Amino acid sequence: MVKSKKPVKAAAGKPRQSAKKKPAARAAARPAPKAKPVAKKAAPGKPAPATPTADPFGERALTAVFTELFRRAATAIPPDVLAALEKAREREESGSVARDTFDVLIENTRLAREDSRPICQDTGMPFFEVAVPRGASLGAIERAAVAATRAATKAGYLRPNSVDSLTNKNPGDGAGRGMPIVHVHEGKGKTLSAHLILKGGGCENVGSQSALPNVDLGADRDLEGVKKVVLEAIFNAQGKGCAPGVIGFCFGGDRANGYNEAKRQLFRKLDDANAEPAIAAMEAELLEKGNLLGIGPMGYGGKTTLLGVKGSYLARLPASYFVSVSYMCWATRRAGVDVLPSGKAVYSQ
Amino acid sequence: MSAVTKLTTPLTPESVRALHKGDAVEISGTIVTGRDALHKLWVKGWPEYPDLSLKGGCLYHCGPVVRKEKDGWSILAAGPTTSIREEPYEASVIAHYGFGAIIGKGGMGAKTLAALRKHGAVYLHAVGGAAQVLARKIVRVQGVRHLEEIGVPEAMWILEVKDFPCLVTMDSHGQSLHDELKESSRAIFDELIGKKKPGAAA
Repeated sequence: MVKSKKPVKAAAGKPRQSAKKKPAARAAARPAPKAKPVAKKAAPGKPAPATPTADPFGERALTAVFTELFRRAATAIPPDVLAALEKAREREESGSVARDTFDVLIENTRLAREDSRPICQDTGMPFFEVAVPRGASLGAIERAAVAATRAATKAGYLRPNSVDSLTNKNPGDGAGRGMPIVHVHEGKGKTLSAHLILKGGGCENVGSQSALPNVDLGADRDLEGVKKVVLEAIFNAQGKGCAPGVIGFCFGGDRANGYNEAKRQLFRKLDDANAEPAIAAMEAELLEKGNLLGIGPMGYGGKTTLLGVKGSYLARLPASYFVSVSYMCWATRRAGVDVLPSGKAVYSQ
Repeated sequence: MSAVTKLTTPLTPESVRALHKGDAVEISGTIVTGRDALHKLWVKGWPEYPDLSLKGGCLYHCGPVVRKEKDGWSILAAGPTTSIREEPYEASVIAHYGFGAIIGKGGMGAKTLAALRKHGAVYLHAVGGAAQVLARKIVRVQGVRHLEEIGVPEAMWILEVKDFPCLVTMDSHGQSLHDELKESSRAIFDELIGKKKPGAAA
């Protein structure tokens, strides 16, 4: 057994339930008097004065919110992913290595959640997407993401996972040049909405990008060609990306945006149907064919090689036709949070 | 699944040769972690560890999450990392230090498979991402080497384990479950994309 059984306390407090009241009830509320994201709603008729330290979208408040977001993402498997693992387990024969392996994966998620400890020791590259209300400081959000990375690393939710590529030194605090990744854009409402993925190196390494046409695969510049290239990426990954994985793919774009769009698909829930029927059909076909490969959990062999496939596309130049594939391991770690103008944080997975 | 073979480190040559692809094993005793930076460091100068008996020992491809305690360290999460990155180094590492087992995930290549056969060692697959289940098989941290040089995830952690569960996926007889799965899935892949088998008549 490990030496200490003492669970690490969340910097932003204990896990809380989602808001019981409708957001509309406090839509008009001014920023709460305290910087804490858990601050209670101001008393009716006595709106709290807004002060610089009370800014719900300020660096200090968001650092606490993002630290809790890290804790949830790293230690609690999303319900849809757990359901997919349980379904996959049922498909395997009793006594098979594949079924025993799913038992281990499911047990592992239970232990991680109970003790607030990382599901996987590779707590990954933090990838934030944040939609902010008009007027909020983008710099504050970026600084909060860095500060939260450090706090979550110190608390043991994250491994000190950043290595300076120039010196090969690990600074020990999880942050570094371009790490965490923070994409910020202006949203429509008054709520700040942040989503986080923690993607480990093992699965990131089996991602791929290729250009069509591909003579070896007989893949032309069309949707059939795209599917062939994505399926090849699934085959090439074998069990090395910690199968069964979730595939995000994108066709089109330049190299950088193509990869980014492929990775962004991993924010989608497994049951999220693509609004574009042609892409939805590709997703379903690739999921079925990927599972026919028989690679199974860990590459031990089995009926489930993939938990999901999510796709998208971007415009391209006439000369380019990139297909980008992002492979996410079975431990698909994602979490989201809405920070209301009152400062209340509503977490979701 | 066959009955579980319980093994204690250091592994004897006979116990290693008796293992075959597909066997479930549980390891008890001392193991050491080592991954990318440590392999590079090893092959550059082959540091010696006179107080450790690596011969017949187990090398675990793992970069754990650890916490400093008053009287040492505790392991918070410790699943395997992808092994194939050590393929350029592992055969020499097995030859030099005499490890009896390599524990990791995802399997390794032809060079390592040949080294396992030559030196009498096995590749043991631990369940990737099962960092909590596996951390609970670590009884205590006995020590750490190279921590300042290469940092927490990459350091050489010396761990005492009890009933650490693995599957033999590459044995000392030239058999690899990974090669087997790659071939069987390749045949299905070729069929799915309408590709003819190499050498098949048109």
